[in-house]
Amino acid sequence: MNPQTLYDKLWNSHVVRTEADGTALLYIDRHLVHEVTSPQAFEGLRLAGRKPWRIASMLAVADHNVPTSGRAQGIADPIARLQVETLDENCAALGINEFKMSDLRQGIVHVIGPEQGATLPGMTVVCGDSHTSTHGAFAALAFGIGTSEVEHVMATQCLLMKKTKSMQVLVEGNLGRGVTAKDLVLAVIGKIGTAGGTGYSLEFAGSAVRGLSMEGRMTVCNMAIEAGARAGMIAADDTTIAYFKGRPFAPQGELWDKAVAYWRTLHSDAGAQFDKVVQLDAAGIRPQVTWGTSPEMVVAVDGRVPDPARESDPVKRSGIEHSLKYMGLTPNTAMTDIKIDKVFIGSCTNSRIEDLRAAADVARGKKIAPNVKLALVVPGSGLVKQQAEREGLDQVFIAAGFEWREPGCSMCLAMNDDKLEPGERCASTSNRNFEGRQGQGSRTHLVSPAMAAAAAIAGHFVDVSK
Amino acid sequence: MQKFTVLDGLVVPLDRANVDTDAIIPKQFLKSIKRSGFGPNAFDEWRYLDHGEPGMDNAKRPLNPDFVLNQPRYQGAQVLLARENFGCGSSREHAPWALEDFGFRAIIAPSFADIFFNNCFKNGLLPIRLDAAVVDALFNAEAKAAGLRLKIDLEQQAITTPDGTVYRFEVEAFRKHCLLNGLDDIGLTMQHGDEVKAFEAKHRAAQPWLFN
Repeated sequence: MNPQTLYDKLWNSHVVRTEADGTALLYIDRHLVHEVTSPQAFEGLRLAGRKPWRIASMLAVADHNVPTSGRAQGIADPIARLQVETLDENCAALGINEFKMSDLRQGIVHVIGPEQGATLPGMTVVCGDSHTSTHGAFAALAFGIGTSEVEHVMATQCLLMKKTKSMQVLVEGNLGRGVTAKDLVLAVIGKIGTAGGTGYSLEFAGSAVRGLSMEGRMTVCNMAIEAGARAGMIAADDTTIAYFKGRPFAPQGELWDKAVAYWRTLHSDAGAQFDKVVQLDAAGIRPQVTWGTSPEMVVAVDGRVPDPARESDPVKRSGIEHSLKYMGLTPNTAMTDIKIDKVFIGSCTNSRIEDLRAAADVARGKKIAPNVKLALVVPGSGLVKQQAEREGLDQVFIAAGFEWREPGCSMCLAMNDDKLEPGERCASTSNRNFEGRQGQGSRTHLVSPAMAAAAAIAGHFVDVSK
Repeated sequence: MQKFTVLDGLVVPLDRANVDTDAIIPKQFLKSIKRSGFGPNAFDEWRYLDHGEPGMDNAKRPLNPDFVLNQPRYQGAQVLLARENFGCGSSREHAPWALEDFGFRAIIAPSFADIFFNNCFKNGLLPIRLDAAVVDALFNAEAKAAGLRLKIDLEQQAITTPDGTVYRFEVEAFRKHCLLNGLDDIGLTMQHGDEVKAFEAKHRAAQPWLFN
């Protein structure tokens, strides 16, 4: 047989049938569900008199709308409350496994899936959320879908789709001190652009990627979508397999051994052909900070805000001008001279235990700067929160002036009360710096957890590699 | 789903790249559990001068006169002309729901984000990729002649300008078939239910741990 890419293997092992034009019916192993993109799908199913095909494939959790403080009082916003209650009712009516707001296991859907072992290598994983690419870190084929597709998967356990092209993102070498998975993926996006991965599935490979923990690999795959790729993935290895040992939904005993034998085949074969290969030198990656309103608008922390006068492409130049105006930035300003108003440490990109440890290491024994009005730490799940508290990280943050909150998506998309006021500038560990993303008029700078914590302490961006 | 066959529609130019789904429909409107009624909040932050929240009477809100969709000459537009990477970001289908509810039937851009592109086809909205140079020509044509109308024929995969220029576009055969006929693809997939069951049995035998 010809050498295959990891994507080929995952794709081929899930094709039910293929239409003449190449559109395939792809079988879905795991369907993760949250409150925002599912109500219309449940309603569609009901109106058509259909039932979910395989209820055991589904795992539901409310994360986007949930408050991160005062949980005992419930959700104050009646519209948000209705949406969460609708999820509860739909799951109860159909017998779908749901982690409710009061459950210790509740958290961001992309944190809890792997944490529970509900995401496994070799699976197809979907969710009505673009950051489903996160799960590709485990050698799974995982991508976000729209609500019509959520309904389609519920009804048929399948999705209609065409195979994408494949791109290998090869990062060789060692990341420097203070340089993390977040910086690696922001550097990739800076290189290929937010549409660079459109029409492709990305496989991240190379020694720098193999050297990452599973948490770091999830951060990298999480942001594949910010490079335009619906799916990002990483080959399974010892790190991957070790992660699942003893997880509640993971196989045990004889089945574990059988599963591991299969998981060890989940890598691109030597000589496999990719449609495109992009290479980066890990040693050359510096801590990254975005300056604009698209994740590709990123520079190294020791760099400067770009000058649109130096851009020759008129569409790009007007994009830079528009972004700088929105962000309230002057061309050629040193990134380390930019002062911030708020800090957000959390989101499906960076809210796992390793992220909280990295941020706490920077904050330990220090105080947030007087110009920082609010610094939030929002763990990715109740279990991450519990682990952090066992390690005393909550006390480190609280002593430094951070607020320690309950798990959820929080200020990443600001659907709940955690948001920026117009014009406020935030160092954020989330994934999108779009206009209005963290609240109308919000100004977001994407950074790693260590960079966010360091900015909180200094009141402006600082180079954590120094 | 609404069929798409032939459209003769007014074009509105949105001269920006990377228009994301947060811009198309801001998050506060995603709390709705319905799939209709998002039109008045399409491009909410660009379209209005105040901050929009669900439940407001949008007819009474101050419009941003500089935003292209608010200009009188573009009222009733059904074709949205935009730049690269339209619809990037979140998977929210509320974005095509809002555009369709606003009155759009087709979007022309050099490129679209994958999830958004896919979501459009589920909602009777036709996203058309054209070369950047052609999109540029359409922006120029629109700037010269106020009230540019385009005839978009899905069956023929052709766009005709008022001066008779014809631009061909690509569309996948299966998507075209569904859109031309307004077909519900769940119903189509369910016709292959036996094949799904057979696949599932084979898959379960090979990887039983997936079915715990």
